[in-house]
Amino acid sequence: MQIRVDAEKCQGHSRCYALAPELFDIDDYGNAHELNDGVVPPELEVRARLAQANCPEFAIIIGD
Amino acid sequence: MPSIYGPVTDWASDFDHAEPAYNANVHQIWDDLLNKQQCPVAHTERYGGAWLPITHEHVREIAYDTEHFTSRSVVVGVTKPSQFDPQPPPSPIGNAPPISSDPPFHAEARRLLLPAFSPKKIDPWAPEIRRICHQLIDEMGDVQFIDAAQQYSQDIPVQVIARMLGFPVEDADKFRNFVHLVLESVNEDRETRLAKFMIFDEYLTVQVNDHILNPRDDLTTYLLNAEIMGNKLSPEHVGGTIILLLVAGIDTTWSGIGSSLWHLASNAVDRRRLVDNPAMIPVAVEEFLRAYAPVTMARLVREDFDFHGHAMKEEDWVLLPFPAANRDPKVFDNADAVIIDRQENRHAAFGLGIHRCLGSNLARLEMNIAVEVFLERFPDFELNESEEVTWSVGQVRGPRKLPVRVTARS
Repeated sequence: MQIRVDAEKCQGHSRCYALAPELFDIDDYGNAHELNDGVVPPELEVRARLAQANCPEFAIIIGD
Repeated sequence: MPSIYGPVTDWASDFDHAEPAYNANVHQIWDDLLNKQQCPVAHTERYGGAWLPITHEHVREIAYDTEHFTSRSVVVGVTKPSQFDPQPPPSPIGNAPPISSDPPFHAEARRLLLPAFSPKKIDPWAPEIRRICHQLIDEMGDVQFIDAAQQYSQDIPVQVIARMLGFPVEDADKFRNFVHLVLESVNEDRETRLAKFMIFDEYLTVQVNDHILNPRDDLTTYLLNAEIMGNKLSPEHVGGTIILLLVAGIDTTWSGIGSSLWHLASNAVDRRRLVDNPAMIPVAVEEFLRAYAPVTMARLVREDFDFHGHAMKEEDWVLLPFPAANRDPKVFDNADAVIIDRQENRHAAFGLGIHRCLGSNLARLEMNIAVEVFLERFPDFELNESEEVTWSVGQVRGPRKLPVRVTARS
């Protein structure tokens, strides 16, 4: 699984960082970005989907 | 104070969000507008003309559309910004940047404040917030009947923001009265409001001047030293931002904590689940934020504009009820039900788009700790049915009196 934060859509709600800190980090301005080049290990796929489903701005994109 | 407009005759064509009946019955009002009246965008001639969209799709569209909708004023009042005395707020800065600012200035003013409210800067406040919560409960004494709004919820955010700004904590009542003036007394006559504004303005000047003479490690000194594009902020910008932090940081979180405790006082099963499993509190708080989102923002129509068949006029007010969007059945399963372990929760309690609540990380931390400490100290409590719960009036919704009977303490 591959994840990506759409920087244009992200408004710094920090939900992904709260729900899956292994997969996302945020900068000093609250902008989120994916860690580890967006590669999601199988055991964290549920967390990635949780982060996506909780983003108010629909800014998290999941691919294969 | 009664509204200058009189009682509401019809919520679809004559709504008044600052009538006490609105916040007290708001879920019913939105349901009726949507289901009975087939009216997803209500209108009123009050306030010189205002609109109330209630679907997630409409609220989201307006929040993202900074071209047709300006943030020049975000609290609906009797006077339109172009008529403000002594002068209209300067566009695109506004009176309380960055909430009142439009692009491109907005991004500069916001960038200045974002680092101070990032999770990594906010999380270290946790022990102090916890200490404040415990102290408030200690001060209640060994009594059975308490007011969880007056003796607990309202004091937590005001004490935190006063410390962050470097203002005297003992002036908490002054801040609260001022916030009440800005947010609740919107349909009072304007001379009364203006006179009260002047008193707080003088207080603010004294505090800011003290920081100029005695700089210290707080947000006020930070703002006084900050620069935008190589220039120090104007005194109006510094004052406006301080007002924003007070107004936005006090009533909102107070309402969020109060509504959470109101829910827990009314729902024994949910209360028991969180007492038995405090690790569930963060997910439950997100659900309280969704179901009882405190904040409705506002915009102004920039110029005459057709919004899905509604002829909006230049400088009409447009309310942005994020709480209504949060109960839209098209976006949330079982939208009317409060499900404290709801896993998928894309709620918009902190707004959508470029004006996302700057203090959301602080608000979440305060709500989580406030609920956790209250349940820890009072593992069982219920509404005290012999007294009435009262709700705030206006764009921030939460209980202002929350009579509770404590039935177990630790």
